[in-house]
Amino acid sequence: MLVCLMVIGVGGAVALILNAFQNSIQLFYSPTEVVEGKVPDGAEFKIGGLVAANSVVRDADGITVQFELTDNGETVPVRYTGILPDLFREGQGTVSVGSLNDEGVFVAKKVLAKHDENYMPPEVADALQKAGEKHGATTVNFQ
Amino acid sequence: MIAELGHFSLILALCVAILLSVVPMIGSFIGTYSWMALSRPASLVLVLMVGISYAVLTYSFLINDFSVKYVANTSNLSQPLIYRITGVWGSHEGSLLLWMLILALWGAAVSVFSRAVPMQMIARVLSVMGMISVGFLLFILLTSNPFDRLIPAPVDGQSLNPLLQDFGLVIHPPMLYMGYVGFSVAFAFAVAALIGGRLDMAWARWMRPWTNVAWMFLTFGIALGSWWAYYELGWGGWWFWDPVENASFMPWLIGTALIHSLAATEKRGAFKAWTVLLAVTAFSLSLLGTFLVRSGVLTSVHAFANDPERGVFILGFLGVVVGCSLVLYAWRAPQLRSNTEFTVQSREAGLLFNNVAMVVLCASVLLGTLYPLVLDSLGIAKISVGLPYFNAIFVPLAAAVALVVGVGALVRWKNDNVMAIVKKMSWAIVVSVIAGIAVPLMMGGFKPAAALGVALACWVFLTTLQGVFERLKNRNNKLVALFSIPAGFWGMTLGHLGIAVFSVGVSLTSLYSIETDLRMARGEVHEMAGYQFEFQGVEQVQGPNYSADEGLLVVTRNGVEVAQLAAQKRDYSSQMGIMTEAAIDPGLTRDLFFALGESLNGNDEWSMRIYYKPYVRWIWLGAFLMGLGGLIAVTDRRYRKVKVRQTSRSESTVSAT
Repeated sequence: MLVCLMVIGVGGAVALILNAFQNSIQLFYSPTEVVEGKVPDGAEFKIGGLVAANSVVRDADGITVQFELTDNGETVPVRYTGILPDLFREGQGTVSVGSLNDEGVFVAKKVLAKHDENYMPPEVADALQKAGEKHGATTVNFQ
Repeated sequence: MIAELGHFSLILALCVAILLSVVPMIGSFIGTYSWMALSRPASLVLVLMVGISYAVLTYSFLINDFSVKYVANTSNLSQPLIYRITGVWGSHEGSLLLWMLILALWGAAVSVFSRAVPMQMIARVLSVMGMISVGFLLFILLTSNPFDRLIPAPVDGQSLNPLLQDFGLVIHPPMLYMGYVGFSVAFAFAVAALIGGRLDMAWARWMRPWTNVAWMFLTFGIALGSWWAYYELGWGGWWFWDPVENASFMPWLIGTALIHSLAATEKRGAFKAWTVLLAVTAFSLSLLGTFLVRSGVLTSVHAFANDPERGVFILGFLGVVVGCSLVLYAWRAPQLRSNTEFTVQSREAGLLFNNVAMVVLCASVLLGTLYPLVLDSLGIAKISVGLPYFNAIFVPLAAAVALVVGVGALVRWKNDNVMAIVKKMSWAIVVSVIAGIAVPLMMGGFKPAAALGVALACWVFLTTLQGVFERLKNRNNKLVALFSIPAGFWGMTLGHLGIAVFSVGVSLTSLYSIETDLRMARGEVHEMAGYQFEFQGVEQVQGPNYSADEGLLVVTRNGVEVAQLAAQKRDYSSQMGIMTEAAIDPGLTRDLFFALGESLNGNDEWSMRIYYKPYVRWIWLGAFLMGLGGLIAVTDRRYRKVKVRQTSRSESTVSAT
C-alpha cells in the first residue's frame, strides 16, 4: 500500500518535472543565427552580443531604449522598456531575454550585464568567436 | 615574512590533518585506545594551525600588505576597516581559507562537545573530518594559496567588488559556509556508522543536534543571501533561481529531509539506511555547490573570479568523496535493517512523505541547474531554465507539503486514524478557506493563486498550533504543562509556523507587487498603491571610497509624510564600476523600494524604478523562524542526558555485532 502510494507519487512528480522542463527551456542565439532565421517563430529566447557603438537611442518617454546588438558579423535591433543595468554600455557585452516581433526587432523583457567591467558573458564570447570565424574577421580576444 | 608564517602554518595544518585522518582510524580497528584518543587533541591543534593562518591573512589586510597578491587584488588604502577585515573572504582564496577554518572549528566543536560518544565512534568521526580537511588543505595549498607574493608590491591595491562592500556580505558567506561545512559532521557520523556497521537510536541522537545546527546556519545563510540580493542588486527580487542560489538550496532541501528522517530514526529506529544516504547526499551537494561556485562553469551574478583548474580539483575531490562513501554504503547498507512497521496513517508515513517531497524538489533543482551545463559542455546547445520551470514544480509540491505538514505532526507514530484528525480539524478548514477568500479581497483583487497560498498558510498555522493544544488538553495545570513541553517540540512548532509565515510572504509579494519603471522630473509626483512619491531631484554626495548621485523621493500618504527615500548611484573610483544603491522603506505589511536609473535631461529628469512590495518581509521572517526552530530544538534536554542511556545501549549493540 505504502509502496504503491510512493510509486504513484514519485511517478507523478517525475512527469511533472519533465513536462515543466519541456515547456520552459530557453535557448540562446547569436545575432548571426537570428538573422539566418534559426529562431522558431514567436519563441522566447536569449540573445547575446556587443552593444554596437553609437546605436543607443532613447524614446521620448525616457525609459524605452533601442540599441543594436552585434556579434561583429550580423546586427539585430533590440528594444527595451525599463531601467538598464549599471554596466550596460556601448561596446560592452550583454545578454537580453525576449522575443522577435514582426518587424524583426527583438523586444527584450530583461537586459542583463555583468557586475564587472572585464567580464564577458561566456555565451557572448562564444558567439563573437563563431561570427569571427565565419566572416573571416580577426578573432576578438577577451580577458 | 609574516605572510610566509601563515603559509607555513597552513602546511603544518596539512600534516596534522594527515595524522588525524590516519592514526585514529587505524587505532579504531586495532583497538589501540591511545591512537584513537589522539583524534581529540589533533582536532584542536588543527583548528589552531588554520586559525593562525587565517589570522595572518587578516593581519596582512589590516596593515595593507600589498606584497601579498591576494590583498593587493581585493583591498586598497581607502577601503574602510570593516571591509578590510571581511575582504579576507571577499574572493576565492580567502573564502576557501574561511571554509577550511570553519571545517576545523566544527571538528574542534565535535571533539569538545561529544564527550559522551564512545571513543571508537568519535575517533572515526574526527578522522573522517580530518580526511575532508586534507582534501581542502591540499586544494588551498596547490591551487589557491592566499599567501602568494606579488613582487614588486604595488603602491595601492585594487578594490573589493563594490557589490560586496556591504553588511549583507559581512555575514552571508560565513553563515552559508557554517551550514555547508556543518553537514560534514553529519557526513562523518554517517560514514563512521557505516564503517562500524553500527547504527542505532543512540547514534541518531548524537548526530541530530549537529545536523540541526548546520541546517540552522544554512537556513540563515540562504535567507541573508536572499535579503542581500533584494536590497543590493537593485532589482527588488528575492530569489532568482540563479545556479549559485540553487547550489545552496539543494543541500538545504536534503538537509531538511535529513532532520526529519533523523526524527524517525531516533524515535522509532526507522529509515536507518535512508538517513545515512541523506547525510552523505547533503554533504556531497555542499561540495557540488562549492564546485559550481568556484570552478567557473556558471554564468551567474556570483561568478566573480574563477579558474577551471580549480574546478577539476574540486570535481575530483567530489568524485572521491561520493565514490568512497557510496561504495561503503553499498557494502554496509544491507546490514542496516529497520525492523519497525508502520501503516500509511502514521507519523512515519508523514515523515516519509516529507522526505520524498524534499528529494523530488532537490532532484528538480539539480536537473534545472546541471542540464544546461551538460548540454553546453557537450556543445549541443546553450539553454537556460528559469522561473516557469521551477514554478511549475515548486507550486504544486509545496502546496502538497503544506497540506500534510501540520497534520503529519498531529498523527501518532506507528498507526493512527488520519480521517478522525481531519474531521476534528474541520473548523480549521473552514477558517482557512475564509482567510483564503478574505485576504486576497482585502489586498485589492481576488486571485486564485493568492487564495490558495493564504489558505494553505492558514491551514499550516492552525494545524501546527493544534499540536500545542493537544499537549495541554488532558493536563490539569495548563501553565505547568506548557513549560514541560520539551524544546524539541517547540523547535518543530516554530519551524512549521515559519512555513506558514513564509508562504504568506511569497504568495502576496509575488501576486500583489507593483513595479514601475518611469521617468520623473524634479517636483513631479507619482501615485501608486495609495502612496504619493514626490521626486526632489538628485545631488552629489561623497562616500569613503566612492562618489554618488543621490536621488530623493518623499513619500506621503493622505497628506502625511511616510518616508524619505534616498537612493544612490555610486561610482567607485578605484574600480570602474557604477553601483545602484536602492532605498527601501521597510514595513511589516509592505516595503517601498526606490532605485535610481540614469539622468535623461541634465540633472532634472531621471529614469527610476519604484516598487510597492506587500508582505515581502514575511519571506525572511518565515525563514528566520524556521532557523530559530532548528536552534531551539538543539537545546532539548535529551541531548544532554545522552551519556546515561547510551552506555547500556552500546553494550547491547557490541554484543549484537
